[in-house]
Amino acid sequence: MQANALSTKKLNVYYGEKHAVQDVSLDFAEKQVTALIGPSGCGKSTFLRSLNRMNDLIPSCRVTGDIWMKEHNINGSETDVVALRKHIGMVFQRPNPFHKSIYENIAFGPRYHGVKKKADLDNLVEESLRKAAIWDETKDRLHKSAFALSGGQQQRLCIARSVALKPDIILMDEPTSALDPISTSRVEDLISELKQDYSIVIVTHNMHQAARISDKTAFFLSGHVVEYDETDKLFMDPSQKQTSDYISGRFG
Amino acid sequence: MERSVNMERSYNKRQEAKPHIAEEWVGKIYTFICIAFLVITIFSMVYFVASKGLSTFIVNGVNAFDLITGVKWNPDIDIPQFGALPFIFGSFSTSILAAIIAAPLGFCAAVFIVELAPKFGRRFLQPVIELLAGIPSVVYGFVGLSVIVPLFRDLFPGQGIGIAAGALVLSVMILPTITTIATDALSELPAGLKEGSYALGATRWQTIYRVALPTTMPQQMTGIVLGIARAFGEALAVQMVIGNAPHIPHSLFESTSTLTSAITLSMGNTAMGSVQNNVLWSLALILMLMTFVFVFIIRFLEGRKKL
Ligand SMILES: Nc1ncnc2c1ncn2[C@@H]1O[C@H](COP(=O)(O)OP(=O)(O)OP(=O)(O)O)[C@@H](O)[C@H]1O
Ligand SMILES: [Mg+2]
Repeated sequence: MQANALSTKKLNVYYGEKHAVQDVSLDFAEKQVTALIGPSGCGKSTFLRSLNRMNDLIPSCRVTGDIWMKEHNINGSETDVVALRKHIGMVFQRPNPFHKSIYENIAFGPRYHGVKKKADLDNLVEESLRKAAIWDETKDRLHKSAFALSGGQQQRLCIARSVALKPDIILMDEPTSALDPISTSRVEDLISELKQDYSIVIVTHNMHQAARISDKTAFFLSGHVVEYDETDKLFMDPSQKQTSDYISGRFG
Repeated sequence: MERSVNMERSYNKRQEAKPHIAEEWVGKIYTFICIAFLVITIFSMVYFVASKGLSTFIVNGVNAFDLITGVKWNPDIDIPQFGALPFIFGSFSTSILAAIIAAPLGFCAAVFIVELAPKFGRRFLQPVIELLAGIPSVVYGFVGLSVIVPLFRDLFPGQGIGIAAGALVLSVMILPTITTIATDALSELPAGLKEGSYALGATRWQTIYRVALPTTMPQQMTGIVLGIARAFGEALAVQMVIGNAPHIPHSLFESTSTLTSAITLSMGNTAMGSVQNNVLWSLALILMLMTFVFVFIIRFLEGRKKL
């Protein structure tokens, strides 16, 4: 049996009174891509953001239940969230590079986690940009603003930025929804490559994308997980009617 | 058939359009009059100050370079001396020092309002800070004179008056400007940027210092320059605490003057058209030119806004 990078046990998320995620128990296998699909507002982002404790930033938000990483429950109040986010990286829907140079965007995270020497940083920047398949496009302008890059390049830069921390897990919330088809397919290729080194959880609205790049897929519906299975199985032969309705486009 | 219906419709339209054309013209003319009034006022102000200020050099034959670099101000002796450098120095040193005091305070207050206590900050703190901006400058000067000056007199050598007291009073006066602009800048910062920083394991303070501050830097600078501009032009409050001696001081706690305080103090004692009066206009001209410089700097900074 494959080890789990992360697993949730009866995870519940509330925004004030609103119960946005209900009793979700999911295992994310190591070095696999897990896709989260479901109609808008069903709680995918909310669930994803609980995994690296980003919901801590929202005052009204309350997360109960367990999130196991190795033998630690990282949903406890004693968890050092700053250290945790080094292990669990995140890529957002809209590319959000900092208003700094390409180099500084990548070096930003590692600097906070103790990489100080210039030579080390230089190596790390190159390595991360190579891993994110954007080195060739950026190597001549590392010290130029990241805003001169196209949207797709910016998104790969943001992926490189999280890779630079050498995380175990990378969470991606609709990373290609703001990109054109060519950039999208480059990011998809990248994800398939990254999975050799990282466990990836990706939220997507694009069913074809989920089918193309993920190993397992979870189907969310109004805060619940309706079905969680091997991607091939879930798309070819779903066991729940709601799942087959959704993937055949009958609602959502 | 259809054609005739169309024609009829377009005819009706033209009928209806008439009042709109009138309205359009009334609106145009009215707004034009307003803007013309503004432009004429501004240009005649500039012209008036410039012609008066320049006549010191043209009519009275005072050397412009001597005025700007001279350190002796003796307008009433037989061979009057018009050296305005002490005033220029006083204006710059008080307003820049005020900005140095107020900028970090304003930024930190803005961080508190936006990041730490958004509800309380927005609802209570920000109105209170904006209230500070509405207090008349004579009140600031009065408080400065009765609190800061005696305090400085006890703490430091000298009379307590001087650049330090002036700058401190000014810093409180410009604090609302700087804080308000810093607050707006911070709250305009896209949530995505902050989240990006948190997601990389930065703490809140690292995020403020390494993302929020640099990203909003042009706006922060705009606030600071606006503050300096306001301090530069403030007369009354400074005049009350600075001592008004016309020389460059040796310390922060020695009596000195600024361009504005020199003008307000002397303008009642000079006859219109005399060199003593004209030279005050020259000081006003310097003030006005500096204001233009500040406006240009602000324009430039606005252009560099990153968001
Ligand atoms: N900050 C918030 N405060 C209150 N309610 C929220 C907040 N964020 C999300 N919600 C609510 O929680 C529910 C789940 O939202 P979430 O963003 O997780 O959906 P999603 O599945 O990611 O949708 P989408 O596909 O549109 O991104 C929604 O009903 C939403 O209105
Ligand atoms: Mg979402």
